[in-house]
Formats: sequence, structure tokens, C-alpha cells
Amino acid sequence: MENKRREPLFHIVKRDTLPAWQSVGIRIIAILIALVVCAILTTALTGDNPFDVYYTMFQGAFGTERKTWFTLRDLSILLLISLALTPAFKMCFWNIGGEGQVLAGALAAAACMICLEDKIPDPVIVLLMIVTSIFAGAFWAFIPAICKAVWNTNETLSTLMMNYIATQLVAFFIIKWEVPKGSGKIGMICQDSHVGWLVDPMGNKFLLSIIVAAVITVIMYIYLKYTKHGYEIAVLGGSVQTARYAGIKVGKVIVRTVCLSGALCGVVGLLLVGSVNHTLTTTIVGGQGFTAVMVSWLAQFNPFVMVLTSLLIIFLDRGASAIATSFGVNESFSDMITGIILFFIIGCEFFIRYKVIFKKNSAEATVNTAKAEAKENSTEKIKDKATANEEKEDEE
Amino acid sequence: MEDKKIAVSLRDVSKRFGKVQANSKVSLDIYNGEILALLGENGSGKTTLMNMLAGLYFPDEGQIVINGQEAIIANPRDSFKYGIGMVHQHFKLVDVLTATENIILGLNGKLGKKQAREKIVEICDKYGFDLDPDKKIYDMSVSEKQTVEIVKVLYRNASILILDEPTAVLTPQEVEKLFNVLRKMKADGKAIVIITHKLHEVEELSDKVAVLRKGKYIGTLITKETTIQEMTDMMVGESINLDIERPDPVNPKKRIEVKNLSVVSDDGLKKLDDVSFDINSGEILGIAGISGCGQKELLEAIAGLQKTCDGSSITYIGDDGSKEEIVGMDPLKVSRMGISFSFVPEDRLGMGLVGNMDIVNNMMLRSYRNKGIPGFVERKEPRKLAEDVVNELNVVTPGITTPVRRLSGGNVQKVLVGREIASAPKVLLTAYAVRGLDINSSLMIYDLLNQQKKKGVAVVFVGEDLDVLLALSDRILVMCGGKVSGIIDGRTADKNKVGLLMTKLGGEE
Amino acid sequence: MFNLVSFIPRAVAQGIPLMFGSTGEIITQKSGNLNLGIPGVMYVGAMSGVIGSFYYEQSVGKGNLNPFLAVFIPLICSLFGSLLMGLLYSFLTVTLKANQNVTGLAMTTFGVGFGNFFGESLIKISGLDVPSIALSRTSACFSAKLPFAKSMGWFGKVFLSYSFLAYLAIIVSIVAAIVLKKTRVGLHLRAVGESPETADAAGISVSKYKYLATCIGCMIAGLGGLYYVMDYACGIWSNDAFGDRGWLAIALVIFAIWKPDVGIFASILFGGLYILYLYIPSMGHMEYKELYKMIPYVVTLVVLILSSMRNKRENQPPAKLGLPYFREER
Repeated sequence: MENKRREPLFHIVKRDTLPAWQSVGIRIIAILIALVVCAILTTALTGDNPFDVYYTMFQGAFGTERKTWFTLRDLSILLLISLALTPAFKMCFWNIGGEGQVLAGALAAAACMICLEDKIPDPVIVLLMIVTSIFAGAFWAFIPAICKAVWNTNETLSTLMMNYIATQLVAFFIIKWEVPKGSGKIGMICQDSHVGWLVDPMGNKFLLSIIVAAVITVIMYIYLKYTKHGYEIAVLGGSVQTARYAGIKVGKVIVRTVCLSGALCGVVGLLLVGSVNHTLTTTIVGGQGFTAVMVSWLAQFNPFVMVLTSLLIIFLDRGASAIATSFGVNESFSDMITGIILFFIIGCEFFIRYKVIFKKNSAEATVNTAKAEAKENSTEKIKDKATANEEKEDEE
Repeated sequence: MEDKKIAVSLRDVSKRFGKVQANSKVSLDIYNGEILALLGENGSGKTTLMNMLAGLYFPDEGQIVINGQEAIIANPRDSFKYGIGMVHQHFKLVDVLTATENIILGLNGKLGKKQAREKIVEICDKYGFDLDPDKKIYDMSVSEKQTVEIVKVLYRNASILILDEPTAVLTPQEVEKLFNVLRKMKADGKAIVIITHKLHEVEELSDKVAVLRKGKYIGTLITKETTIQEMTDMMVGESINLDIERPDPVNPKKRIEVKNLSVVSDDGLKKLDDVSFDINSGEILGIAGISGCGQKELLEAIAGLQKTCDGSSITYIGDDGSKEEIVGMDPLKVSRMGISFSFVPEDRLGMGLVGNMDIVNNMMLRSYRNKGIPGFVERKEPRKLAEDVVNELNVVTPGITTPVRRLSGGNVQKVLVGREIASAPKVLLTAYAVRGLDINSSLMIYDLLNQQKKKGVAVVFVGEDLDVLLALSDRILVMCGGKVSGIIDGRTADKNKVGLLMTKLGGEE
Repeated sequence: MFNLVSFIPRAVAQGIPLMFGSTGEIITQKSGNLNLGIPGVMYVGAMSGVIGSFYYEQSVGKGNLNPFLAVFIPLICSLFGSLLMGLLYSFLTVTLKANQNVTGLAMTTFGVGFGNFFGESLIKISGLDVPSIALSRTSACFSAKLPFAKSMGWFGKVFLSYSFLAYLAIIVSIVAAIVLKKTRVGLHLRAVGESPETADAAGISVSKYKYLATCIGCMIAGLGGLYYVMDYACGIWSNDAFGDRGWLAIALVIFAIWKPDVGIFASILFGGLYILYLYIPSMGHMEYKELYKMIPYVVTLVVLILSSMRNKRENQPPAKLGLPYFREER
């Protein structure tokens, strides 16, 4: 008799907050399912045993001490960019211009090295590099920030445009400074003199960016949680009206926070030029300005969780490079895998925030939901999700 | 009345949202050719119940029977099919579209704006509406918007008409006009449900009155045969003394002098026009007016959140008689001058509080600057304050670290008022402080305001319920279209007079 | 000497992929979905078409291509590929109510990876030394032009010298503009983007319109990718060559103030700016070319800022852009 009714098969209700272990559980299960899907896909496309593939990925990321160092350094760079963008995101300022801001910082650092190599002492140059790259990154963020503060210009698009302007600016200087002439490349900057090369703590060339990332992670956590600035950012992210009501100068906080984002991106640029690469290219950031948006969001803007989310992305990235060499798959494969895993993580948020109630046993379900809520195990929801995902192609 | 036919019959309908039981086993009959008033306090489930008829919510349990047959209303389209039309409290209109476009929204077939316009004009003529079909919604007044909503329903030939608190935003004269229209529709044989909590409207308009309380159906009365007292008792459950205390003003002295205050909105509309009045310490100044007549701008201008025109003047007069000009200063600057303002804004979660933050963090919203080590926030005092507010004002919450977004409306308001009072203000501005609150919470808020008044605080109370304004205020400032149309003594004021001032009919100089 | 007659066709050729992309994105945004995955969608659209034509060319071998099939197969493949992307985005953001910005960025990561991965795989299969796939025979069918265009002098060159996809882009934009302005579907779609709760109360299925608009938008945007490979690039796919055109298409939506008909001119103007550097003398300094390439971005940024300064009601984005809709939100 129930079947004749033209009522919805299920309906969706908002949950109260899930206990932490459950929401973490849902996310982990989503990642596991994503890995299974990726494994199937890998096998289908390459014909290789997925376990071999994952093993190779792991080997690629952590197989040797050297590889682990590489992974950690890449992790630190991505983490730093994510941390840089986070205060702005928390304020609901969608800065997707991390790319440009890092490039601006990198350009400033490179300019100091190239133009001043023989002219002033090394420590002064390093100091100048630090100052100028921070300033350059902040300036690159300042332009969209001030437009947002004064005219409410859409920041997603203005920061995007700033990326391209930075890229072209770097392209311009690369040709201006190219070594040798006509190569279109700068090559190692100060290869012989090592002027402006940042110190390698304990002789380990990977360590500097890792230490900087670790320090900034902690500082950023404290900044967001325990400082007045952090509080203002959170209020502003909650509601602009409330911020004004609380006497917060909205424009000032926007500009200050976004410039801070930019300045931190500038630091990344400094590290890339002064420590990691010792050269400047237009692709030195490699799209990590965009990836960092996802890293930051997936971690719900928590700096410590960001360590994990950026580790996930970097692991996939380096792992995929390893597959590329040993299985003859190309490196873009990692982008696909990353995309798929992200889809699952993004999708699983739904099951953390909402719950699906099926109509068949609606009477009991609705009465019992409140009581059953705590007991409901997350696996059930994940099953729903799995089926939902399988059906996504048919979904109307 | 015996030959009236049942149009809609609800049987044991239940609906819950998360842990909130919005309706439980409600049974109710709606007759053709009758006006039924659905009465209940805020949060009693009136709107939820009607939204199930409108197809916005689907009942968890129970049946809906329309014209003798069981009806499944899964979406608004089904609802139209059964001839049900609902005018929502928050208008469901698209701002950038015209009246005509809004009215034909959701229908099938070719667009045919021309024919639609003709039909709209026809409907307007029949019932006496005044409507420009080509006007954009964002250019319209509230009552025009409501007209669009009603015409929209009639355009679909609805025979069952539901209006959710239609009079809340109208002037008494507009209300009268609306009631006439509704009576005409009733004469046409349509079934009409009007959701309200205003008893005099129930008396004036309805044939029957159905009462809901806390999601449960209490009963139906024939309007002619009942009394206000009986309806109130059914609505609130227990007899609550509706009298609001009004202590005498405590040593009233001029605290704020507002002179020639004008405000122009971003889109060039004059929101406040040359407003002048005084706010005294130790008394409650009520501000009456139809919503959108400049009350919001007035309070925000005093609080330093609104740009004012040249020539405006707001002077603060200290206890020692010293005068400070504060017009055009932001809240921060004013508080740095040692003047302590408190402001309970109309939009609680959008302006007064941050919904995603917990009670502790919200407590420090206005004071975080001055406390603790420079640069860092201090949470000890706010935590203490949060505990005090929760205990003293009986805030129902799982804990002080619960995001305020998850509290109910009344509890949100208690948190907000609690914080604002805690700062020991000299001036307390409140906008619609009891909107959406049940009677007990409202009484508590009135009590808090009176306590402040006794302490010598200058209290401003912007309200919408005239009865409350008349019972609580020492003086009442009536606004109309951004101007002051009169300032009258709260103790001797007459409700009709205020109503007329609100429409400027009585206030013409 | 600046040669307008040769400049305009090149500007148009540059503008067509952007036109497809921005028209698709306008339709999507009108439903309230801010799809930052368009760059990925355009990659997928291009690559799906490439895969289709690659296998068709392989299956025909050295024989002659059937011109109809040579066009039809890549076209269908491309539409199908972008449709799947549209469904994915809609499923995540509409059904699962996910954050649109993040979903879009993930789709771009995926889509670009998809394009480059299969691109590389095909390059391997074709066994050539160059890092690109040449589908010149298919391309010839795609870029077939009106036979009498040549005989009409400058008029033919400026207005008639394009392939059918270029005209299709303009037609699609015009149709989209008419649908949005003059039809009931357009009215409903605008209502969904401006105020989903109103649309819902009026009996419009918000999810259905969001799904439809997003999927159709993606399919149109995907054609931009296809046009790029098959016509503009003469059937040569090389990885990352498509570049950032997808992002530019998103920027163009603002440039065109959410009006597909304005988008036609905006795209061509933008296409012109994009290649302007080829026409400005660099006086022997190669590096200045790089600065000239900055022009379109600077112009977009300036337009963006100017339009936000003017802040006109009619020129604003759909009110509920980027926000998920949940009826029982309380």
C-alpha cells in the first residue's frame, strides 16, 4: 500500500555535529573506497596489479631516505602555501592567487641575487631577499585585497588574473636575464658564488623549508586560535555585519589578512629560489597555489590537519611519478588519481553533515532517529555513499 | 454554516526536524467559504503545518485529505494541482524579476507575458488590488510585494488560500484593505487559512479559530462564541499575567540629543529624513512604526554603523553635563571616548552574534580588544560571563561551547541581550528584542529592560507589537517613511492614535 | 602596418574556445553553480573528441574518412565526455551539497590530468617521435570552410572564413541569450540562481534545473576544447597546449556581465587582446612580447574592478551564486 504513494523514496535531514571519531572515520573510509576505485582504474588502464602499483607508489614516496626527504620537502612547500592561504579563507576571502603571490616573492628573491651578486656582501643580499620577497608577495595580494575592501571586487577572479600577470612578469625577466642568451632560461643563479643561497641547516639541503614549515604551522595555529587578529578573522568569516557591529574595521582586517597571506606566499617564493631550486621559471610553483586551496579546505582550516592533507596530496604526486617510471604510465596519472580521491573526500562531507532517511521504515526511523543517532554506525552511511557514487552517472 | 464543505482535512499529521518535534499528530479541518485563523505562539508549528500543505515539507506521518480523497503533496507543484496556494511570511519572490514574471514563475507552457499581464490586470480589478505588472520587485514596498504574492496564488485559481502572518508588515489601513479582499474571496467560496498570533485580528476576520501549542493541536473554536481570554489560555496553556510592569522613570535626564539626522541608502533612497528627538536616561523610549520606516537606520546611525548626511548631529551628554558630538564615529571610536553603548540589533545571528562561534567567543565580541596580553585574546572572563548568562537567564544549551547557531531563537536572544547588558551600558538600543520569542522569554526580556531603566540606563525599544510598546514605554516615538510623525506619552497614548501616526494620517501638520 | 583584415579572423579563432567556455559557464552560473571546473571540462571535452577521432582514423587506416563520421564521432565523444563531468559536478554540489569552489578545483585537477594522461597514452600508441598527436585528416573535416568565402574579398575573410564550430559557437550564444531572456525555461533558470527557495515554492525543481544547466553548460564548454584541437590547432594535440583558456573563459563571464550575447563580442575582443602581442613591434627585444601577453589579463582585471565600482543592480552575479540549496534548512 505504501508503494502506491508518490512520495519521495528518501529524504535528507541535517545532522547535529557528529563525534570527532565518527567524522574522521567517514573520511578515512571515503579515502579507502577512493583507493579501491583508483586501484580498479589503474588496473583497467595499465593492466598492472593494483597492489604492485600502490607498493610502487609507497616506494616512490618513502622508499629510500633520499626519497623521503624529497617527499618531506615537497610537503613542506605545499603545506606552507596552504597555511599562507588559510587566514584569508577563514575570512571567506577566496584567494586562488597563491600561485602569483609565490611567483612575485620568487621573482623578488631572484632579482636580488642576480642584480646584486657582486655588489654587496652575501648576508646583506640574503637579508634583502627576505625583505623584498615578503614585500613582493604581500603587494601582489594587496591589489585584490584593497579592491575587495573598497569596491567588493570578486576576489576569486581578481586573484586569478594576478596569477597570469605575475607569470608574464616572470617570463619577461627570464628572457631579460637569460643565461646563456637565447636559451629562454636563467639556469642556476649564482652557481659559483652561491651568493644568496640560503643556509642548509646541518648540511641538509632539504631541512630549511621543512623547519620553516613546521615553525609556521605552529605559529599559524596560535595566530588563528589565540590572537586578537585570529579572532577578528573568525568574526569576519562568520558575518561581515557582525564584524562591523563589533567595531572591527572590515576593510583594514581584509587588507591586513590578505597581505599576510601574500607575505607568507612570498616566503615560499624565497624558499623556492633561495633554497630548493636556485633558479626561476614560470612554472616554479607548479599549480600548487590551486592545490593548496583544496588542502586548506579539506583540513577545515586547521593547520595541524593540513599537515595530513598535504601529505596525502604529495604522497599521491610523488607516488605517481614512481609509477610513471616503473610502469611506463605518464605523470598526469597522479592528477587523475588526486582528482578521484578528492571527489570522494568532498562527497563524504555530505554524510558528515546530513543524513539520509529512507521512507520505507520512515515511521520508526523518524521516531528513533534522535535516539539512534549516536548508535548509528558510520559504515552504513558509507554504504549509501558507495551505492550513490556508483549511481552517479544515472542520477537525474 | 452547516452546508459548508470540508476542503482540506489533516489527519494525525506529524513532522520533526532533527530533535525538534514541530508537529505531532495534528488533525484539522478546513472548510470552503470560511476563514480559519490558525493561532499559536511562535514556534508552535503553525507554519510547518501549512508548509506541508504547500508541498515544501513532507509529513513524516499522517494523511492529508482534500475534497474527500487522500492527497499526496510531495512538492509545491502537487500543491497547486490540489488548488492550494500559500503566501509565505518571508515572501518568495525573485528581486530582479518583474511582478508578472514572478507571478507566472513555475507554470508550464509558453511564456506569454502579454496574456499573463492581461489576466493579472483582470484579477486586480476584480478584487481591488493596486499593482503595476511591470515593476521590478526590488523597487516595491512590502505591501506591494504581498499583493504580488496574493495575485500569484489567485492567478493559479487556488481555492484554498493560506496566508502566513500577512499583517506583520502592514499598516493598519493596509490591513483593513487586505481583510476586505479576504472577505471577498471568502464570499467566492474559497477556503482561507490565516496564520497569526494577533488576537484582535482573529476576532475581526475569522469564522473559526484553531489553536496549536508546541506542535500539538489544542482545539477549534467558533470565533463568535469565544473570548480573547479563552483563546489566550488555549494558546499559552497556562494563564500568564499579560501585564507588563512599568516602573516610573528614574531621574530622567537628557542623554542623547539627535538633531536633523538624515540617512540616504546606497541606492539613493532617503531612509531617514531630518529626524530630531532626545533619549533620556532612566526611561524607556519606544519606537513604533511599520517595519522599514527607518527604525533600523536610526538605531544603526546612533550606534555608529550607518553613514549619515551632512548636517546630522548626534550629541551624547554625560552625567556631568559634558557634551560630545558622536555623529559619524564608528563604534570603536565611541567606546574609546569612554561612552558605553549597547546595541541589540534586529538581525541576531547576522549582526549581533557569530552563528558558528560558541557562547564564550560570542561573549567577547565587543570587549576582546581591551582585555588580556596585547595581541592575544583572553577567554577567562568571557567564559565566566557565558556561565553567568546561561545560568541567570536560563539559556537552554548543551554547554557554553555550543555554537549559538544551534540554539533556538529565544535562547540566542538571551545570549545577545545578556552580553549587551553585562557591559554596564549608559545607553541600550534594542531592535525587535522579542521578535520570535515565546511569552515567557519575552517577559524576561521586558524585565531585563526595566531593570536597566531602574539603573538609570537610557533604553530605546524598537518594537512591532503596539500593545507591548504601549505597556512598556515611557515615551513613544512614532516613525513613518523615515520621518518622526509624533512623540507621545506612553501612559496616556491611545492605540488608534499611534496607528494613525504610523501612517501619517493623524500626524499631518 | 596593422592589418585589420588578417587580425580579425585570428582574433575570432582565439575567441571561439573562450566563447564556448564562457557561454557554458554563464548558463551554469545562472543556475547558481559557480563551476571552477570548466578548465578541466574543456580538457576532457577536447580529449574525448581526440580519442574518438583517433580511433576512427585508426579504424579507417589509410582509406578516406567519411566526412560526416569524422565530424560526428569526435563531436559525440566530446559532448559525452563533458556531460559526464557535468554530472559529476552536479552530483557533488547539488545532490551532496559540497563546496562548489573546492569541487570545481578538484574537477580541474582531474580534467587536466585526464587530458594529459590520455594524450600521452595516445602519443605512445601512435608511436611517433614528436610529443603530439596529429589528426590532420579529421581536422580537415572540422575546419572545412564555406567554399565561396575566398571569392568575397575582405568581407569573406572577416565574416565567412570560419569553420562550422565557430558559427555554432555564435549560434549557441545567441540561442542561450534568447532562451534566458524570452522563454519560460530561461525565466525559471534565472529564478533558480537568484532565489532557489522562491523557485522551489513555485514548483520549479531546483535540482533538475541545476543539473540541466550545469550539464548543458559543461557540454557547451567542452566544445570549446574540441574546437581548439580540431580547428585552431589543426588537429594536433600536445599536452598542456590548451593552456589556461578555461580560466579565461570563467573570467569572461564577468566581462560579459552574465549575458551570452555580450559574451560573443567579449570573447572576440579578448581573443584579439590575446594575440595582440604578435602585432605590436618589440623592437628587437623578445622580452617585451612577454609583457604584451599580459594585456588581456590586465584588461580583464581593470574591467572587473571598474564593474565592481559601478555596482549596477542589473550587472551583478546571480544572488545565490556558489551556495548550495537545501529546502529543509532551518
